[in-house]
Amino acid sequence: MLAPVVLSLKVAAIATIFAFILGVFFAYILTKKNVPFKSIWETILILPMILPPSIVGYLLLKLFGKRGPLGAFLLDTFGVQVVFTWVACVIAACVVALPLMYQNVKAAFQSVDETYELAAQTLGSGEWKAFWTVLFPLARPGVVSGIILTFARAMGEFGATLMLAGNIEGETQTIPTAIYYAVATGKEDQANTLVAVMTVFSFLMIFGLNAWLKKKNYKV
Amino acid sequence: MCTYFKIKKQLDRFSVDVEYSFDKGVLVIQGESGAGKTTVLNCISGLKQPDEGKVIIEEQLVFDGKTNIPVRNRQVGYLFQNYALFPNMTVEKNVTYGIKNKKEYRDREKRKELLDYADYIMETFGITHLKKRYPGNISGGEKQRVALARAIVTQPRLLLLDEPFSALDVKTKEVVYEEFAAFKETLGIPTILITHDPRESELFADHRIFMKDGTIQEQ
Repeated sequence: MLAPVVLSLKVAAIATIFAFILGVFFAYILTKKNVPFKSIWETILILPMILPPSIVGYLLLKLFGKRGPLGAFLLDTFGVQVVFTWVACVIAACVVALPLMYQNVKAAFQSVDETYELAAQTLGSGEWKAFWTVLFPLARPGVVSGIILTFARAMGEFGATLMLAGNIEGETQTIPTAIYYAVATGKEDQANTLVAVMTVFSFLMIFGLNAWLKKKNYKV
Repeated sequence: MCTYFKIKKQLDRFSVDVEYSFDKGVLVIQGESGAGKTTVLNCISGLKQPDEGKVIIEEQLVFDGKTNIPVRNRQVGYLFQNYALFPNMTVEKNVTYGIKNKKEYRDREKRKELLDYADYIMETFGITHLKKRYPGNISGGEKQRVALARAIVTQPRLLLLDEPFSALDVKTKEVVYEEFAAFKETLGIPTILITHDPRESELFADHRIFMKDGTIQEQ
């Protein structure tokens, strides 16, 4: 019963790291730069949140399957098969949770008065330094919210994971798929334990986040 | 040493079209809100790019269409209307932020000199006791002094002040006016001050222009 918990934590952590990098990058580019087709990029980024996870999973399967453009490339070039491995769990969780990260970081960046970045520039900072010393620290509460929600979403990912990674015990079985399997096979005790683990874990994350956010808001 | 600007920039309602030069002292740009005053300041500092024109700061060409030195290298001190003190940094970190970006800061001896100068400026501005406080926990008058200290500590060639007194209450303003008049004499940095208040213009102007709808109405 421990294996799904360990795998879920590993998958959620790695998916959150990738979602963080992509979310911060796209949020910065799309809020601060003049990018062509901005609304199209934004729609693509948010789409996985709107589409049913099974559809996202199906599209990922088409993309990463043996005959899919990316799947064939990875298999031919590196001999790597993604589908039905724990990496597929990470990809599914990352794609489904990315919109949460993007939306939170974007809102956080937009909430920071642009004058701070301009002031940093007049004081000799380049864009990179102004980002790390001023914009990012001031946006941090929103970014941390994004990280927590992304992690929670990645932990709870079910539909897309089932499509892309399957439900292989000890290999791709995460907590949500393990609960589904336990209920389907009448293992109620196992389901109860995993449900309790997920519920307590999610409660603690949100509780901790709220407590931290109360302390961390800067007065202007 | 001369500061010169000729700026043309199309805005939503009108276009800014101004030209002026001065060598030292305080140039006051007076005008109602929305006259294009801040646009002029932003174009001089490099925060905005003019559609066409020329900007020379202390004999150095910083913009003319072909040349466009980025804002971080123009060596101007800018005091924003809302002060824009970084809320995530203490007063000390705000004041020393600019000097830490200087190349000389990497040299150990020069670094000490720069930090000593920051201490001197903080003492001159009477903000040493606020060093460890955050901008959210100090008064409006104190914020104004911290912002001015932060703009000056990098030893800019030109100081740009965008309505520096507008956020202060009447009582604080009187005190700050006196302080600023004294700093103006002591520091001797060529300064462009924007205001809509004729009294501030009277108090501080060595040179003065009135702006309306983007153009100079009177000198």
